Amino acid sequence: MIKSEHHGGLIIVLSFLVAMLLTAMPLPEWASNWRPAWVAMVLFYWCMALPNRIGIGVGWTMGLLLDVMQGTLLGQNALGLAILAYFVIKSHQRIRMFPLLQQAFLVCFMVLIYLLLSLWVRGIMGVPPESWTYWMPALTSMILWPWFFIILRDIRRRYQVY
Amino acid sequence: MVFILVSIVLMTVDHKQNHLESVRSALSVIIYPVQYIVNIPANITGWMSESIVTHHSLLEENERLREERLLLSSRLQKFEVLETENRRLRRLLESSFKLSDKVVIAELLAVDLQPFRHTVVINKGVREGAFDGQPIVDANGIMGQIVHVGPFSSTVLLITDPTHALPVQINRNGLRAIAVGTGQSNSLQLEHLPNNADIQKGDLIVSSGLGSRFPSGYPVGVISDIVLDPAEPFAKVTVIPSAKIRQSREVLLVWPNDYARPDTEQDSYALLP
Repeated sequence: MIKSEHHGGLIIVLSFLVAMLLTAMPLPEWASNWRPAWVAMVLFYWCMALPNRIGIGVGWTMGLLLDVMQGTLLGQNALGLAILAYFVIKSHQRIRMFPLLQQAFLVCFMVLIYLLLSLWVRGIMGVPPESWTYWMPALTSMILWPWFFIILRDIRRRYQVY
Repeated sequence: MVFILVSIVLMTVDHKQNHLESVRSALSVIIYPVQYIVNIPANITGWMSESIVTHHSLLEENERLREERLLLSSRLQKFEVLETENRRLRRLLESSFKLSDKVVIAELLAVDLQPFRHTVVINKGVREGAFDGQPIVDANGIMGQIVHVGPFSSTVLLITDPTHALPVQINRNGLRAIAVGTGQSNSLQLEHLPNNADIQKGDLIVSSGLGSRFPSGYPVGVISDIVLDPAEPFAKVTVIPSAKIRQSREVLLVWPNDYARPDTEQDSYALLP
């Protein structure tokens, strides 16, 4: 094993890959608006846990890939995810101390900001979403956060990602 | 801060110009494996449902297909006669005959894109000769057009997307109109038709070929509802698309004949009443 400062980069890449897969996975029509913002959640976790490795740059790149995958305007998701990463990194020490419930609320809030930025871009483009379910990813992300957090934390400890 | 600026610049450039298509197509190579993996379960279930069928149902399907083929080939006979007649008449008018269009079959990838937009991904890209703005049809009618093309896959904007508009004409009398998507997968809207226009419920709408993007004469839909409100300047005409927008797995990429030879387009314009 190579001794280096960083460890387990593959795990991080894999986690983002799985998030992308979950984002592209086909869901029935009624459920597709309720899909959690998987990439934003993974980014939130790694920014909080490893702020010295995963930051605004990674968030921006993942956003750009997401834009290409979903066929949105290049930079729409990138802007939202970069800003999300910025806020999380800025206060990562505080967030780590939060109980799970409070973290979940913060995730909800962050995803709302991310959705709001996307909404602005869509509004400027002239293709606003028609239904209030546009905001639902924030709610589902919040509900899933505690389990999601525990799973990612266990993975991080098991494979000693630091 | 830098990233925010770069994002905004990117969005502006992407919205206003086409310089970023190459970037997008390069990045889509990275994304393609993700879409491919997501598509695997759908592929497997499709394969299973095809290979695990009873002998009886196969026989039944065979019978049905045979009947259908008979029906279609009898119709084709009539069509061939009409085609020769058409060619002869056109020769009388000294205009060149339009050959049939070249097509290639593509398969939809079972991939969800952004909600609230009507876009799909197909498994043909630049390698197979797909191009930006290429029309896509299915067995029953026009489905949409390619908006982003990558090396192995392309994104298709469906005609039901609210930002999509399609030049059409009514098959019965040649009245021209624009069919605009509504955001619902089972309806289009005909824009700017006056209240006294000659339209009827059940009229077939076909593509007019104006705008040189879609080939002319492909079915688009059937008028399902006409609301005449004297207070409004235009009639509210709803069209049900002929293409099975939410059901088709296989679609056809069309290389319009006019695309290679722009001079034929003008000839067909001259023939319009």
